[in-house]
Amino acid sequence: MSLKRKDVLGLEDMAAEEILLVLDIASQFRAVFDRPVRSVPIMRGRTVVNFFHEPSTRTRISFELAEKRLSADIVNFSVATSSFTKGETLRDTAENLQAMKIDMLVVRHKSSGSAQYLARVLKCPVINAGDGCHEHPTQGLLDIMTMRQRLGDLRGKRVTIIGDIAHSRVARSNIWGLGKLGAEVTVCGPPTMVPASVARLGVKVEYDLKRAVAKADVLNILRIQLERGAGSGFPGNREYHRMYGVTEDVVRTLKPEAFIMHPGPMNRNVEIASEVADGPRQVILDQVANGVAVRMALIYLLSGGDPGALAPGEAA
Amino acid sequence: MEWSWQRIPGEYLVTGVRLIGGGKVSARPGFLHVKKGRLEAIGEGRPTLAGLPELAADGLFCAPGFVDTHVHFREPGQEEKETVATGSRAAAAGGFTAVVTMPNTDPAIDNAGMVRYVSDRGREAGLCRVLPAGAISVGRQGETMAELGAMVEAGAVAFTDDGSPVQNGRLMASALQYARLLGVPIMSHAEDLTIVAGGCMHGGYWSMRLGLSGMPRAGEDAAVFRDIELARATGGHLHVAHVSTRGAVEIIRRAKADGVRVTAEATPHHFSLDHGRCRDYSPLFKMNPPLRESEDVAAVADGLADGTLDCIATDHAPHTDTEKELQFDQAPFGVIGLETAFAVGVTYLVRGGKLDLGRLVQCLTERPAAVLGLPLGKLEEGGDADFVLLDPEREWVVTREALRSRSRNSSFLGETLKGRVLATFLRGRLTWHADDPSVVR
Repeated sequence: MSLKRKDVLGLEDMAAEEILLVLDIASQFRAVFDRPVRSVPIMRGRTVVNFFHEPSTRTRISFELAEKRLSADIVNFSVATSSFTKGETLRDTAENLQAMKIDMLVVRHKSSGSAQYLARVLKCPVINAGDGCHEHPTQGLLDIMTMRQRLGDLRGKRVTIIGDIAHSRVARSNIWGLGKLGAEVTVCGPPTMVPASVARLGVKVEYDLKRAVAKADVLNILRIQLERGAGSGFPGNREYHRMYGVTEDVVRTLKPEAFIMHPGPMNRNVEIASEVADGPRQVILDQVANGVAVRMALIYLLSGGDPGALAPGEAA
Repeated sequence: MEWSWQRIPGEYLVTGVRLIGGGKVSARPGFLHVKKGRLEAIGEGRPTLAGLPELAADGLFCAPGFVDTHVHFREPGQEEKETVATGSRAAAAGGFTAVVTMPNTDPAIDNAGMVRYVSDRGREAGLCRVLPAGAISVGRQGETMAELGAMVEAGAVAFTDDGSPVQNGRLMASALQYARLLGVPIMSHAEDLTIVAGGCMHGGYWSMRLGLSGMPRAGEDAAVFRDIELARATGGHLHVAHVSTRGAVEIIRRAKADGVRVTAEATPHHFSLDHGRCRDYSPLFKMNPPLRESEDVAAVADGLADGTLDCIATDHAPHTDTEKELQFDQAPFGVIGLETAFAVGVTYLVRGGKLDLGRLVQCLTERPAAVLGLPLGKLEEGGDADFVLLDPEREWVVTREALRSRSRNSSFLGETLKGRVLATFLRGRLTWHADDPSVVR
């Protein structure tokens, strides 16, 4: 089986088998990381464009690393250096890229739906690196990979996502992806960040943090957007921390083997207490490493890579 | 004498048509006798006169020319989207013989000179009656009342700060009170901006799922409620524009029962489409107020059926392709609607069992005319010969090429609709012929 699609825009429209295929290839790439030479020549001579219309550090670096380890040629452009500041439309940018014959586009954009738009206009594969408040599929995949490394089959496993669900693309990708793999997802946050309609995505809505985490196998703690201001729906960081911050006290109520994830960057002592962020339960750096592997797998598969060609442990 | 579409004579007969008026469709075919732009005679059966050129329109329906209380013709200032001339062309193609143009142009229509400017452009185009609405406040800034009296003298038929809802309740109260003197309605684009705050689609399941910021119903309901209480207090005539929520319909229904002087309009897109249409992020489904939930769509249709909502208005809002190709959250609000209004009415209301053809036509003719208090929307002997020939069974596909507006931002592109305006006549002169548009001029 190979990935029979042009783009990866979200986990909403990916089937469980597709997700598992990506994760399988990702674990094979992950094995390469421990070798002295960590790159493979799979994408030699092909050009990947990283188009970041919104500031990003870790996602962009993670994609770049993934592309470099596949030996692709890379072009980066971001909002500060592109002609977007001169008022060019996304369509014009897309048509320019098309004319320059690129092989793949990775896009991060502040407008929800922009990855879909580019995928429609461009003939080459498009990977969504986060569109507005909509989806962030590579983050969803790396989160799921990290969970599966510890929990195995996710069917019946309980995942609690805490934070601003309404404005989180990470939450949406987690919800869709985890749902497809049979996990039971609970979302938690103040009602201003967790509208009741979220339940229609097939998750449980719980406003009380202690109840939300009691039976969880894993907590995925979202970054609180400090910059949102008046519309943020909570009085301030101190109150958020008091009511929804994952502290040592909260961790003590968890199941003994439950672990903690965070997509980063963290606001220490807001959504997560510093001791928890550095504590024994967190797997945050595993997430980071898996992120590179997942992105390598997607780029490989979308560029027509044959999953069978990568025998386990022989990715190099 | 032979009928010729190329040369419409000064006096002629239209025969074999089922006449629509007063909410009813005549059981037997009838005729019109048009002379020098007026209706010389109208009746059932065959005319007794002989020797006049005769348009034999057997099997077709004949209704008064449509009246739209809410269009944007963008002139002056945004002629790349639409002009009074191109908008009039779209109006004629939709069966409209009178339209009320909104004042949110650049500069705004906030003084008598600007009102005359728009009417003059309309007269030059000569394809429909262009009736300007003036701004309530100077520059549509929501602060100082504009010279409403001078604008009425110049031909303004209503006032509104459309698009920039009057947030200052006291100014709205003054306008309602003052407009009583002038006998014209104050139209309200009812929206509490502090509630709606930056939203780009209806606030609900789909906005949450798509990750787009929502405009909750409460923003419209609260503003409608405020304006109705101001109308109640002042006795002024409030006309609520583009009602889109179940709550607003209910508030208006109760106010009418209480005897408040309130009228209201609904757009074709609000009685036909729901917010699920936004699922592919197409800005062709982005407008303000936004497409709501299916229960709101049903409530708007029911409101038209029981008369709570007086009329259908298109809120024809042209935008260029370039603007409508922006990302959903960046693209401007608004869709065009003149050319599809009748067909959307037939397709969704008549075939949906909400209204019969007679009542649908009433919502496009007599009722909007009554909102404006103008002698339009009726076929009467001695009156102007503004009429349309309709085929409610004819199916057509809404394509970019089929549209006459300068802009193409229709929510119905690609849809097959039922119901076609075959010809439009303004004061006896042909302004639209669906099967051969080139015969007009």
